Amino acid sequence: MESNLPPHAGEVLYRVMVRIRAFENAAETASQGGVSAYGQQAGGAAKVRGPLHLSTGQEAVPAGVCAHLRTSDYLTSTHRGHGHTLAKGADLTRMMCELFGKATGFNGGKGGSMHIADFSVGMLGANGVVAAGLPIAVGAAHAQKLLKRSDDITVCFFGDGAINRGPFLEALNWARVYDLPVLFVCEDNRWSATTASGPMTAGDGASARAASMDIAATQVDGNDVFAVHSAAQRLVAEVRSGAGPRLLHALTYRVKGHVSVDLAAYRDPAELAAALETDPIARARGHLLDTGVAAATLDAIENAARDEVDTALAVADAAPWPEASAAFTDVQTTGAGQWL
Amino acid sequence: MAVTTLSYSEAAVRALQQEMDADPRVVVLGEDVGRGGIFGQYKGLQQQYGAERVIDTPISEAAIMGAGVGMALAGLRPVVEMRVVDFALCGMDELVNQAAKNRFMFGGQGRVPLVARMPGGIWDASAAQHSQSLEAWFAHLPGVVVVSPSTPQDNHGLLRAALQCGDPVVYIEHKTLWGLRGEVDDTLVVPLGQAARVREGNALTLVSWSKQMQPCAAACDALAAEGIAVDLIDLRTLWPWDRETVLSSCARTGRLLVVHEAVQAAGFGAEIAASAAEATGCRVARLGAPRIPVGYAPVLEAQSRVGVDAIVAAAKKLAG
Ligand SMILES: Cc1ncc(C[n+]2csc(CCOP(=O)(O)OP(=O)(O)O)c2C)c(N)n1
Repeated sequence: MESNLPPHAGEVLYRVMVRIRAFENAAETASQGGVSAYGQQAGGAAKVRGPLHLSTGQEAVPAGVCAHLRTSDYLTSTHRGHGHTLAKGADLTRMMCELFGKATGFNGGKGGSMHIADFSVGMLGANGVVAAGLPIAVGAAHAQKLLKRSDDITVCFFGDGAINRGPFLEALNWARVYDLPVLFVCEDNRWSATTASGPMTAGDGASARAASMDIAATQVDGNDVFAVHSAAQRLVAEVRSGAGPRLLHALTYRVKGHVSVDLAAYRDPAELAAALETDPIARARGHLLDTGVAAATLDAIENAARDEVDTALAVADAAPWPEASAAFTDVQTTGAGQWL
Repeated sequence: MAVTTLSYSEAAVRALQQEMDADPRVVVLGEDVGRGGIFGQYKGLQQQYGAERVIDTPISEAAIMGAGVGMALAGLRPVVEMRVVDFALCGMDELVNQAAKNRFMFGGQGRVPLVARMPGGIWDASAAQHSQSLEAWFAHLPGVVVVSPSTPQDNHGLLRAALQCGDPVVYIEHKTLWGLRGEVDDTLVVPLGQAARVREGNALTLVSWSKQMQPCAAACDALAAEGIAVDLIDLRTLWPWDRETVLSSCARTGRLLVVHEAVQAAGFGAEIAASAAEATGCRVARLGAPRIPVGYAPVLEAQSRVGVDAIVAAAKKLAG
């Protein structure tokens, strides 16, 4: 693990990861009917409905990457977007409201978990279509370049399964052809829904494909938040300096099933057990303790995250539903009212 | 410049010049646009505005459309070129699931003001993959505007309106109208959602759009010679379509014939016919292509064409 971090930066990274974990644990419980960050009270009516894609075990990637981003940088995400959105600075309570489908959510209840977004912090949306965020990201980066938006950049998260769709290829080529300020981040969690990605992917994967298009790729242990932080620091700086696109290939693991109701019975329990040994939060905690951070400090971070999430759950639960008429707003202005 | 004679493609270039002059956020991206586009509909624009605003792209329809979405979200107003509607299918997710859904799905946080140009219709001897009329697919899609101009004047005025409107627009020019010449008043912006009445009459309402307006107009002349006066309406915008003009005409004539180049089954004519029957109780008929891919040999291609004779016959049957 790298340790040349500024004072307290490790604690900040730890806090980001812990908040993501607490948020997702709570969302999962709420999807089963409970409304507590501690997982109690399960069994009532589901408060979070529909597909819930958890990023448990992958928190180090958004935490390490987004630490280097500003609000004016853009981010595009995947169906597994809670961590990205929180790490980019979105308000946790409004996120929970959106998962509950409430009017006070970022999307007014129109998107839910799979379309979580906070444009006010440059987070341009989670996406229900695998690989769809890649062309959108290069478009946003293209606009940043054309509009000469200082040295703002776009970061594009995608999974290892996405690299087998055409838009991945098209977007990487595009980024290099126009030398755009975009950082591609492959969260390689080894699985694509219920199929292992390896046997479905020819060649050596994301890094190799990037290299074939003259896009420098860096592989990193994606469960080591300090390693991700340090690799991303260099890559973000290069992209900001106008060097063109870069790719970060982060090796991580999807601890939960593909969606929250998926028990992942298709996977070897030994694989999960081995992966849990490298849990990014436990590792970061161990490392921070080793470097002299007090356990009480880390406990306080964890407790604060749980409290924050519990408050968010209560707020989301009490928040109003959208008006039915909202189904007819923000469709389009031209011809609005002609809903026939 | 005001009024001059321009071709359908020159009219589009003129519209782009005006909008690009007025708004530095307007950019063009697509294959071969730097050389003027495959139909000359971008002629001279890269020389005039530079390669940063008129962007030659790789053959990457998904990325062209998707990048257009990203550009729009980041503050540009892109015109994305799909060459022909048939190839827009390679960017279909980016149009259907991204451009059209973005504003709603994210609760109005973003807007996608892009114009996707995708020339449609039968292109002589171009067979099944270069001759499709897919406008009904897009009219079926909440979130987009669908435009299909039939004249140089409308191609100018509607393209300007499309660029100004702020919603995603599917803009379907006809693959064989590019050379059509006509007077263009370049001070006009043609409002979206407003049809044009091209002939007036009380015997029957005839609704069409795009290239099909030509055989319809010829059919009206033939019918007029027999004393049958037709109210001919050019829809111009398919969504939102001009219900008021169409339905008030149907209420007056009591008869509606919709003619389009697209396959008749599940075509947009069905939507208009059903709406008119529901609202006015008028008699309705539709005329479109049979549900077959467009063939190459002249005799095969002809099977997909709706000609003047068929329109005249359908009109007489309905009027009689
Ligand atoms: C175009 C498309 N095909 C299939 C799906 C269904 N699907 C949703 S997520 C997923 C797996 C994606 O794997 P990966 O990109 O590695 O991301 P991960 O889920 O592992 O984070 C699939 C197949 C989809 N949403 N979009």
